[in-house]
Amino acid sequence: MLAEIGVASLQELFDRQIPAAVRLERALDLPAGMAEQDVYAHLRALAAANTSAEDEVTFLGAGMYDHYVPAVIDMLMGRSEFLTPYTPYQPEISQGGLQVMFEYQTAISELTALPVSNASVYEGPSAVAAAAYLAKLANGKARVVVSRGVHPHSRAALRTLAAGYGHQIVEVGLRDGVTDPDAWAAAIDQDTSAVIFQQPNFLGAVEDASALALAAKDSPAVVVGSYDPIPLGILKPPGECGVDVAVGEGQTLGNRLDFGGPSFGFFAATDAYLRRMPGRIAGETRDVDGRRGFVLTLQTREQHIRREKATSNICTAQALNALAGVVYLTWLGRRGLVDLGELLLQRTHYAREALTALEGVEALHEQPVVREFAVRLQAPVDRVIARCQDAGVNPGFALGREYDEHPDGLLVAVTEQRSKADIDRLADVLGAAVAAERQTAGVGA
Amino acid sequence: MSATTQTPLQREEATTIFEKGAPGRRAFSCPEMDVPVVDGLLPDGLRRSEPPRLPEVSEPELVRHYVNLSKRNFDLDSGFYPLGSCTMKHNPRLHERVAALPGHARLHPLQDPAHAQGALELMWNLERALAEIAGLPHVSLQPSAGSHGELAGVLLTKAFHADRGEERTKVLTPDTAHGTNPATVTMAGYEVVKVGTNADGGVDVDDLRAKAGPDVACLMLTNPNTLGIFDSNIEEIADIVHGVGATLYYDGANLNAVMGISRPGDMGFDIVHFNLHKSFTQPHGGGGPGAGPIAVSDRMEPYLPRPVITRSGDGQFDLDDQRPKSIGKLRGFQGNYGCFVRSYAYIRSLGAEGLKDASETAVLNANYLLARLRSLGVADKLPLAFGELCMHEFVLSGAPMKRDLQIRTLDLAKRLLDHGFHPPTVYFPLLVDEALLIEPTETETRETLDAFAEVVAAILREAQEDPTIAREAPYTTPVRRLDEAAAAKRPVIRQAL
Repeated sequence: MLAEIGVASLQELFDRQIPAAVRLERALDLPAGMAEQDVYAHLRALAAANTSAEDEVTFLGAGMYDHYVPAVIDMLMGRSEFLTPYTPYQPEISQGGLQVMFEYQTAISELTALPVSNASVYEGPSAVAAAAYLAKLANGKARVVVSRGVHPHSRAALRTLAAGYGHQIVEVGLRDGVTDPDAWAAAIDQDTSAVIFQQPNFLGAVEDASALALAAKDSPAVVVGSYDPIPLGILKPPGECGVDVAVGEGQTLGNRLDFGGPSFGFFAATDAYLRRMPGRIAGETRDVDGRRGFVLTLQTREQHIRREKATSNICTAQALNALAGVVYLTWLGRRGLVDLGELLLQRTHYAREALTALEGVEALHEQPVVREFAVRLQAPVDRVIARCQDAGVNPGFALGREYDEHPDGLLVAVTEQRSKADIDRLADVLGAAVAAERQTAGVGA
Repeated sequence: MSATTQTPLQREEATTIFEKGAPGRRAFSCPEMDVPVVDGLLPDGLRRSEPPRLPEVSEPELVRHYVNLSKRNFDLDSGFYPLGSCTMKHNPRLHERVAALPGHARLHPLQDPAHAQGALELMWNLERALAEIAGLPHVSLQPSAGSHGELAGVLLTKAFHADRGEERTKVLTPDTAHGTNPATVTMAGYEVVKVGTNADGGVDVDDLRAKAGPDVACLMLTNPNTLGIFDSNIEEIADIVHGVGATLYYDGANLNAVMGISRPGDMGFDIVHFNLHKSFTQPHGGGGPGAGPIAVSDRMEPYLPRPVITRSGDGQFDLDDQRPKSIGKLRGFQGNYGCFVRSYAYIRSLGAEGLKDASETAVLNANYLLARLRSLGVADKLPLAFGELCMHEFVLSGAPMKRDLQIRTLDLAKRLLDHGFHPPTVYFPLLVDEALLIEPTETETRETLDAFAEVVAAILREAQEDPTIAREAPYTTPVRRLDEAAAAKRPVIRQAL
């Protein structure tokens, strides 16, 4: 091969191209390579040092949830034809992936009752930030009003991005577990670029989305809702609530927890924002012989064409994770999504009743909840969680980690993988842990 | 070639999952309603009146539909995929196996760090390895993709200058840059200023010197660049950029050329992003997921995204969110951990020697393919755009081919499909007329490279005889050339229900 190239050695190839001063004249300081079975053993040992959702009965949610991932998804995601291609730049040999995107967009449009969906973005919180950027490009207004019920990571991502292009972020607090309607209305003015709420909000409460959207009606603001897709079989969809842009974390739709990613974010909107959408969009067309086919479309929005004038710098969808999303929704089916929603609604209610019946535990708010709820503990939350984990139950998320105003808050998530028996066990373990902590502190019975 | 003989896949009219099935069918069986049912938990005003019209199919129907769809894709496991700038290297299946271990796959991102020590150790180790490869001491794994890493890097630059009380307004990018560079600059609130390319395919240093001033925040550079050229003036470029107080950003899309050979940190870069889905074997998944970690110099460290991973004296790992100068969070949680597992497995499999060997082989393969094309006489119609040799990829110009044979780069690409090859990247970089950007990667054997070169030569010969063959290609793919203009003009982006 060197002879064909016309060089004497591999070294010469590099010597002729890279200045000596910037060549690394030593080996990288990395461990030596390992055989496949040794790498497996090492990665398995690292996995074993984690407590996963298989090792404890978990009620931890707060943005990612331990829903069941059906086996068909593992099989389909593992297929070479879906796993190993690049972005479908050559549509003639990418019809599988492009049609999956088209079906995914259809499913998200159905779920959200919004006519336009892209082929997915990175994940939930950055999708919230991307929605605000869309608003900035659309109306140029200065302020974003965001509810404190929006996931703390979404609000953080929003602030990070806004520091670049220059949006001022105004936060509206919660009252009785939901966005304070008076403060919300008061915060929206003619210089408001976007308003953002989350449904259900971070405390698990179902917001009155229609009322929140209505409050922005006489302003230029783009109404953005960050939605949990799982309850959308039973919750009024954003498109029927006056929401302009619905985004959300797609992990719950057939994707693993994976310690936080990869998953996907969905991004749907009204027709008005079609040409302002970030990311890839698949569209239907015909080939020269008249066959139905699919292509990436509206690419004049995108960075590889528009460069500095693009609607976003995003060039990756989360195609494989979005495939899991549409397969999951297909697996559930039209009735299945509703049945799942009803099951979660009832089990979550049951769990809330069971926990708030415990000594030293009370509801943090009384709003309707569908998969997650918040309680207050009359005992140090971190210590209670540690006691529960020692007993094999992870009771949820310590709200004080993100909300200074709720140092005593515990956020509890219920998926269809947590049966009544699991919930009863949680009540036992949590009740005992709270009692033990109260005893230590010398309070209570 | 006749368009009337159809292949079996061509005879199948595409039908979406929404057009299949029948009311009432489903794959899912809902777990038992094992708690007492209470009415009125959700007020009517908050309820959905009609369920979304999702498909209603059985599991066998679902499986057949998606397996059949998969057959309408070309993929890296099936054949050569020399898509320039995308680094289509083999995806070892070990990585899928280890990433699926429940200790990784079913680990909740908010699990108490004391119960996630294995994950944090893995991330720590990966950070250390990437730092060593980049020659820069600090790493954040958080960004979700290369473009996300770019955004992180430019926002870091902004925070860095702001911390010094400076407001700079411009970011320089070469005209060869990936489109994500200028798009990122705009998103970060800067003005894009283009720097020209010299006759060797590198940065026009005089143009750079003229444009570098106190209002410049950063120069974003890819090295080797998208022409496959290593910029031999890199030290001078770094001096000019640092001389005006700006930062130097390394787009790591082309890192596969230099692992263990040359390090961005040693070239003078302050910030580097990695594409774990390029150099580090995260499967591309048909367009995601990926991951775009960044490595930075000491002076950029205070601004890294939060949280950062820490290790205490007793070897315990933790997440530190208390970072007052941090740019904040770019996304939820700690990043695409599933990608970290795969890339870490890759680095541990190859080790220092293996990574260097991968880069050397990638460069060897690219130069060999270039030489093969030359000796088959292709250079006449498809000359190398710049230089003599190349790094891991090279750019040919299809301008003479278009002039002499009346076929465009697009036609050549489409004709390659009939021969079972994925075409190279086409019409990028923008400054080369009718560009073909070819990156074979270290994955490919000499036989594959030979076969590809022969086919390119054969297509040119065929065009000499009859250019319409290439112009109307492809013929054998599940669909033939698609009307993209119509798709954009009247967008149909979902199934009518």
